[in-house]
Amino acid sequence: MTDLIRLTDLDLARDGRAVLSGASLALAPGERLAIVGANGAGKTTLLRAIVGLERAQAGEVALFGNPATREADFRAARPRIGFLFQDSDDQLFCPSVLEDVAFGPLNTGLGPGEANARAATTLDRLGIAHLAERFTHRLSGGEKRLVCLAGLLAMEPEVLLLDEPTNGVDAANGARLAAALAAYDGAMILVSHDDVFVAAFATRAMILAEGRLAPGEIHDHPHLHRHPHIHPA
Amino acid sequence: MILPGDLRLRLAAAFVAVALWSQLAGLAPALLAVLLALALFALARQPLPWRRLLHLEAFLLLLFVTLPFTIEGHPVLSLGPLDASAEGFARAFVLAAKVTASVLLIALLIGGREPLHLGRALAGLGLPEPLVRLFIATARYIGVIGAEARRLRDAMRARGFRPRSNLHTWRSYGYLVGMLLVRALDRADRVEDAMRLRGFTGRYPRAPLPAPVPADWVGAALITGAAALTLIWDKL
Repeated sequence: MTDLIRLTDLDLARDGRAVLSGASLALAPGERLAIVGANGAGKTTLLRAIVGLERAQAGEVALFGNPATREADFRAARPRIGFLFQDSDDQLFCPSVLEDVAFGPLNTGLGPGEANARAATTLDRLGIAHLAERFTHRLSGGEKRLVCLAGLLAMEPEVLLLDEPTNGVDAANGARLAAALAAYDGAMILVSHDDVFVAAFATRAMILAEGRLAPGEIHDHPHLHRHPHIHPA
Repeated sequence: MILPGDLRLRLAAAFVAVALWSQLAGLAPALLAVLLALALFALARQPLPWRRLLHLEAFLLLLFVTLPFTIEGHPVLSLGPLDASAEGFARAFVLAAKVTASVLLIALLIGGREPLHLGRALAGLGLPEPLVRLFIATARYIGVIGAEARRLRDAMRARGFRPRSNLHTWRSYGYLVGMLLVRALDRADRVEDAMRLRGFTGRYPRAPLPAPVPADWVGAALITGAAALTLIWDKL
């Protein structure tokens, strides 16, 4: 079976500084790969290089078995890859939630009626149908993240790239997000600092350091610990 | 060094000289204005702003395409039912020379200056405070808004958007611009809140600028004087 995404010895420099140097990875169908690394290690750049928003100076990107070098190659593959940005405000640009979720399906050639129906179904599946008519820039951080995810899932992607999906998301919407990702049966690459989240979802982990990816190990063990928390009095 | 060091005098000299040159009607004085501006560049040992000029001249080409056909006069060229007039060509040449000279002068005197310094100099010349603040804030935040626009466009591309000439494209671009405006307004509110929290009351406490030195006055007088002489020659 061909890999959905395969990066081979990617070199990518920005402003004269090497961000990736010899980064390689392969994502097989159904895999959920977590990528961890320090701030500024190049995790976001790696995701951007996969969808061709940033081009590597050397190395190969292959998407769904086809080498991708030109904008046209990436463009053909993008509808099959859903990229959840770190900052939801960078992703939401339509006035209403329904329009934003319908944007992707419209790009893939669906008519307005079908696109809206697809958007409504997706919102409903994520448990946020009540947001459909709201203005995107007035949503809470957690709501924005869910709407972004709905916008990606409406395109029925085969791979999800998630960049810090739990950042700035409250508990209730975090549970919706986790449920939606658990129900998603495609492959995903997950960049996160949230260890609990990574341990719950990832089937494999890699560590990005000094521009290279090395295999990591996810382990879960009990700790005797204490921490403060707050409940209603 | 003939150019005034004081930015207030530079602004004033550029404004007066461009205002005078805008009244030129003859081709020879307009060409003299271009020569004067080029001479200033040579005296100041500054490289010519080729990029800026290229953008400008491309725009000025429009004049040569439209003016000859819209100004009445002796036809020199016929394209089907349209006649291009000699007077139109002459007008286009004069305008192009005047605009080129003015842009060269502005680029030399105030191009490449820090917007903050320009704002201070404008305030020193008595420009109303709100206008100065608008200018400085625009210069400060244009990069932020530009970066926001780039990230939104990336997100659109990542979701398979490709500009075409159809309604979906125009609506999407409309949303993009609208969202940028809404965000810019929100950001302006937040910036104002932050300024108020730090004690801002609507006036910027600016230390008065030092007085220009005599050499600056001489430089400004020479530039405006040369522009005035060009105009006098033109009107004689």
